[in-house]
Amino acid sequence: MTNAVEPVVVLEGLTKSYVVPVREAGLKAALGSLIRRRTRTVEAVKGVSFAIAPGEVVGFLGPNGAGKTTTLKMLSGLLHPTSGAARVLGFEPWLRQREYLSRMTLVMGQRNQLMWDIPVIDSFDRNRVIYRLSREEYRARLDDLTGLLDLGELLNKPVRNLSLGERMKCEIAAALLHRPQILFLDEPTLGLDVTMQRRLRTFIADYNRHTGATVLLTSHYMADVEALCPRVIVIHHGEILFDGALSKLIGEFAAYKTLIVDSDGGRDLSSYGEVVSRDGGRTTLRISKADTARVTAQILTDVSVRDLSVIDPPIDEVIDRVFSEVNP
Amino acid sequence: MRHWLETYRAFLRIAVLEQLQYRASGAIWMIGSVLEPVVFLVVWSTVARSQGGAVAGFTAQTFAAYYIVLMMVNHLTFTWVMHDFQFRVQMGQLSFALLRPVHPIHEDVAANVAYKLVMLTVMMPALVVLWYAFEPEFALAAWSTATFVPALLLAFLLRFLAEWTLALATFWMTRVTAMNQIYFSLQMFLAGRVAPIALLPAWLGDLAHGLPFYYMVGFPVELLLGKISADAALDGLMAQLVWVAVMAALIALVWRRAVARFSAVGS
Repeated sequence: MTNAVEPVVVLEGLTKSYVVPVREAGLKAALGSLIRRRTRTVEAVKGVSFAIAPGEVVGFLGPNGAGKTTTLKMLSGLLHPTSGAARVLGFEPWLRQREYLSRMTLVMGQRNQLMWDIPVIDSFDRNRVIYRLSREEYRARLDDLTGLLDLGELLNKPVRNLSLGERMKCEIAAALLHRPQILFLDEPTLGLDVTMQRRLRTFIADYNRHTGATVLLTSHYMADVEALCPRVIVIHHGEILFDGALSKLIGEFAAYKTLIVDSDGGRDLSSYGEVVSRDGGRTTLRISKADTARVTAQILTDVSVRDLSVIDPPIDEVIDRVFSEVNP
Repeated sequence: MRHWLETYRAFLRIAVLEQLQYRASGAIWMIGSVLEPVVFLVVWSTVARSQGGAVAGFTAQTFAAYYIVLMMVNHLTFTWVMHDFQFRVQMGQLSFALLRPVHPIHEDVAANVAYKLVMLTVMMPALVVLWYAFEPEFALAAWSTATFVPALLLAFLLRFLAEWTLALATFWMTRVTAMNQIYFSLQMFLAGRVAPIALLPAWLGDLAHGLPFYYMVGFPVELLLGKISADAALDGLMAQLVWVAVMAALIALVWRRAVARFSAVGS
């Protein structure tokens, strides 16, 4: 995405490799490793480059182990890269300067920063002093977040008594009290039910609109990505496979379309394409993208059709295809 | 400065709230803290009586005074960070701590002080009971009582900084329990918790005076009990200051390396 505005996140050839010990199974190998430790270098992120403009919401996609979390950890300042450069809000993240840490946040869906045994509000108060917020600022933001996330009932409960969804809402609120300008969200909706996922999505979109904050988020739920991210970056085996509009990703990688045909009598349509399912008069067909127009016209001429719709395959399938095409 | 006061006030309040959640486990810990000196007190007073009333200048009553003061000093200076750190790294809590614009040691100091304050409610009654049961004999002097206060503060600081530094070993080793055990055994013995340093063979006593452990517990206890001369007290305070400076320098160095290692390896 080109933008005249100075980008807030810039990565240039960012690379992270880990040295891991190699040990084969068995006692002999275990004894051998006492004498000579063998190691191997694993490249988790290989020369990744991209830039994000202020206020953008970008989906960072890839299968497990693709390098998403490693990249987010480098951008938030937890990990030092092996080579390459990155600047976020003008800071080199891994120097972890106070000014930088006060302006960004990292939310990891499966880890929590709230204190387990005390009421939520007390964990929030701890963030007030850590981030040096004035009482007025704190009060105003707390009211905002309480309203947006419907936290009212939860604030005085100890964290251990909250459900996963309630806890996640509080985690997000805690991570946003200092009103960060950049949000790194790693699987923020992991394990939440559909309603709660939708709720959080709406909230992230609102937050982005109200504050103009930049968001980079990873998720395995494509609904998150579709609802929030006009732009996606796809990473696989530590390399960027795609960077652009979500619609372009679908156009480029979806090799087929799905045709749903409602016909009288439920005729056998297997001669037109691959039948995915048949339910009474309704047949679902999979047709290669190139043939869609021709086959649709053919069916409309040959069959007495009550209703027909052409749809793009689900984004999950497209993504799955991106990965399998590059690495069959 | 005002900011730090407010930070510590908030940290302390939260830590007290948290401690109050763990009343039962806190009280059980305290039973251990009371039992340990009582066991040694009983052993040494028995030895004193069987030796015709005194061992190396300690009578049953002065042993009682020694161990009652030691119980309080040990309570006020002990830390649990070495038990905690492995868990913090493994559970990823350290990642959050690193991403906050405040050094994690401050919250540990606050938590430690909060625990000490809350548990004084258990320690004070224990103190009274032991007082009546063992009839300690004190020879308090004004100057030694006055010097005891800074000596106790330095002892706390020294023990806290030393154990926080050692806790950082968890960045290099995945299992630190074995190494911790070595430290705890040395500390127990050379800090004067098993026996007053005066009862140890001369060479061991010299060793104790050359290492930091004695200055974490034994020194302030002996100071309050008037067991040491004014000159020795001054030497002791100097030694405490030097060790605190050494540990503070070490902590800065090790912390930087630990974080560098953490950000190279990840978690």
